[in-house]
Amino acid sequence: MFTNLALFVLSLLVGFEVISKIPSTLHTPMMSGANAIHGVVVAGAIVIAALADDPAGYVLTFIAAAFAAANVVGGYVVTDRMLKMFRKPDRPAADAPKAGQK
Amino acid sequence: MTALEWVTGLAYLIASTMFVVGLHLMRSPASARRGNLLSAAGMVLAIVATFVYAAVTFGGNWIGWTALAVGLALGGAFGAISARQVKMTDIPQLVSMFNAVGGGAAAAVAFADFVHRIAESAATGAGEGHIELTVSIPIVLDVLIGAITLSGSVIAAGKLQGIIPGKPIVFPGSRILNVLMALIAVAAGVLTIVLPPSALTLSVLLVAALAIGVLMVLPIGGADAPVVVSLLNAFTGLAVAMAGFVIDNQAMIIAGALVGAAGTILTLQMATAMNRSVLSIIIGGFGTGDTVA
Repeated sequence: MFTNLALFVLSLLVGFEVISKIPSTLHTPMMSGANAIHGVVVAGAIVIAALADDPAGYVLTFIAAAFAAANVVGGYVVTDRMLKMFRKPDRPAADAPKAGQK
Repeated sequence: MTALEWVTGLAYLIASTMFVVGLHLMRSPASARRGNLLSAAGMVLAIVATFVYAAVTFGGNWIGWTALAVGLALGGAFGAISARQVKMTDIPQLVSMFNAVGGGAAAAVAFADFVHRIAESAATGAGEGHIELTVSIPIVLDVLIGAITLSGSVIAAGKLQGIIPGKPIVFPGSRILNVLMALIAVAAGVLTIVLPPSALTLSVLLVAALAIGVLMVLPIGGADAPVVVSLLNAFTGLAVAMAGFVIDNQAMIIAGALVGAAGTILTLQMATAMNRSVLSIIIGGFGTGDTVA
């Protein structure tokens, strides 16, 4: 248990440090990328699937699996789609209107 | 420590490293796409490792695995298709929906684990089925945060899409209702921890948290919605980390905490870029930023 708590606190610190000042055009893709990473909750769906042995367990497994899969698959695909727009080496100014910049 | 636990731990360590390096690469436009792909590869590794570990250690039965497979197929197909077909301008609300289901999944994991523990202790007849605090506290926090992000992100997506009016929605007594729901949630959470475990108190907590999520986002102006989506994104990270504590899964603890912290920094930067403070956005009711309520 204590190891897990240490992992949690140290990961928080890494999370705070890993993002320094980022250009505002990257705010939305960055948010979407982080959104995809918490799709790791699909691991939780796998564990409860293995433990399920009653109707409540099966229903919750199905809900968790469907939700988590939408999060992780959709998250990575949509982030990649957004980031494709940045691959224009001749025009790095990135002043063009980007999705989500309001 | 068995050989399987050792290999799983190593896989989680590599996957976590890929998440961190991936996020790091996403700070600049030139390397951002590579960063996202690296993080996706880490995700595949973490998922495969978890599957092998859970299948070998717990076994499970065919109904559980079928529920998982059907759920993953449906959810994955929905995610892939909507992510590919969405119009570029509609991406923020889609991300908000992905965030909503992530929070919902985290809450469902904690709920399932809780129900499983009750059934297990009833089957073995071991006392009143007391759940140790190191598990019950994360269960309560997970259901609370996960449910708030689920309903809150759906409302935020509705505002971005224009289904729900973008102007702040404040109705008489909304503040009182807010406080009331918060009190119910706290009471249900405390009772879930101190009383013999029952699905009833946790269900009350779930419903109250869903209401809090709706009440929290309704008064926020449409222009501020992207910042709120980012904040709820950080919340989901924390909910996933709590789910990691509940089922003792290190990949979820690390990735969840990472997103929780990185998402918070990102939220602050987004608010600063829009010349807004996070506090004034959350307190809400200030419209699009140029009027005083």
